Amino acid sequence: MTTTQPRQEVVAEGLFTWPSEEPRLIASRRDGVLSFPARPDEERVLLSARGTLWGFTTQQFRPPSPPYDGDDTAETFQPYALGYVELPGELLVQARFTESEPDRLRIGQEMELRIVPYTTRADGTEVLTFAFAPVNESAAS
Amino acid sequence: MTDVAIVGVGLHPFGRYGDKLCLQMGAEAAQSALADAGTEWSRVQTAYVGSYEVSNPDAVVGWLGPTGIPVRGVFNGCATGGTSLQMAAQAIRHGEADVAMAIGFDKHPRGAFAADPAVVGLPAWYGRTGMFLTTHFFGTKINRYMYDHGISTTSLARIAAKNLANGSITPHAWRQKPVSVEEILASEVVNYPLTRYMFCGPDEGAAALVLCRGDLAREFTSTPVYVRAAELRTRRLGAFEVQSPSLPLESVPSPTVDASKAAYELAGIGPEDVQVAQLQDTDAGSELIHMAENGFCADGEQEKWIADGATEIGGRLAVNTDGGLIANGEPIGASGLRQVYEIVQQLQGRAGERQVPGNPRVGYTHLYGAPGASAVSILSR
Repeated sequence: MTTTQPRQEVVAEGLFTWPSEEPRLIASRRDGVLSFPARPDEERVLLSARGTLWGFTTQQFRPPSPPYDGDDTAETFQPYALGYVELPGELLVQARFTESEPDRLRIGQEMELRIVPYTTRADGTEVLTFAFAPVNESAAS
Repeated sequence: MTDVAIVGVGLHPFGRYGDKLCLQMGAEAAQSALADAGTEWSRVQTAYVGSYEVSNPDAVVGWLGPTGIPVRGVFNGCATGGTSLQMAAQAIRHGEADVAMAIGFDKHPRGAFAADPAVVGLPAWYGRTGMFLTTHFFGTKINRYMYDHGISTTSLARIAAKNLANGSITPHAWRQKPVSVEEILASEVVNYPLTRYMFCGPDEGAAALVLCRGDLAREFTSTPVYVRAAELRTRRLGAFEVQSPSLPLESVPSPTVDASKAAYELAGIGPEDVQVAQLQDTDAGSELIHMAENGFCADGEQEKWIADGATEIGGRLAVNTDGGLIANGEPIGASGLRQVYEIVQQLQGRAGERQVPGNPRVGYTHLYGAPGASAVSILSR
């Protein structure tokens, strides 16, 4: 019997721990200052998977491609929201959000890390990136 | 310190010009600045020439005349024009030249800037996943600012409406049609909370200045405008900046704040003395934030200022009297010099229908852009 699970790959190695039940973003530290993505030759630090929404915007039209490599077209493009999540005691991390409606996003709300496909290659391989989801949304799903 | 005067300004109007060469537009703006100063290119001893799209902007000498003088290319993102002004002024202060020019031109393709993230040292995934857009910074920064300081979306729409109204009375502006606050609010969202009319667009155009040693200024014009300060600053760790995959929790002020403070100190002029200002309005939110970052009001006071029309022509501080970037677009190499062009027109009392009343003496220009650079100038009669 063949599996129906599509083949998956990560958009870049070293961004987040994967595969993992509890994935985490990988940062690095130099002189006490954290950076994400991790810089070469610095101490690796796994970031918290939860934080609060600091501020956001949306992307309502298909970004210039390249560099964007979504499998959509100007017509099929689905807007997304993105912004910064404040990880307590760590840093602000910029990420796409699973929720695209600004009316359903609120500064200060709790957000949680997800690993999600953002595009599918011609051969059916899903490409995974990191995103944050509102915590109430994840509880309902 | 040697005084530096601006004695001639020229502009090739910003807009769309088909096949017309960018260098040609630059040469025309330069010739127009030279004519304004009543002089000729052969009198110029050094020039700084800014462009993003033209890799060898010094090629403009092919049009102006290959006189052998030092001509240096300048690129500093959206702060390019301010950098050209500062360097030309410094060349005069340092004694390299008595007469210098700052020239800027660009010719951008339509639509959002598209580039490989590697050009600014960012990883490929950042572009592949649709995060490498400067507009995300503008949307996110104003979203948080509105939350922190009680700013309404209506204030953003009023700023865009003001700049488009100013554009409609500026003969050389790209956007000539006024748009109502209601229409701006109802137009499609590009990057929440910013709608289409709240953003500037990339376009084409050129601008140029002739500068000279202060004691020579009267040879060229009876109405010189003096460069009291021209300062450039880059970001410090913790500044909330364009294209930052992460930021430290502890924030520091924007490079705008640093450049602005340095300029006021150098000029011995305070924000209360400024009567007309050009503030980087990549989008309406940027103009609103830049009012506070440049010291003109406290954070949050913009809501009342804008409701009162304080930044309109005739208000306590007229901002972007020619419609700013929103009405003129942003040919990066030229944009900052267009700001200076407009301030000089205002201080010389020749801004026509958009002239700020009360015979203004002190003007201000401000640029901000990726990856965190700001240029401020203070100009006075």
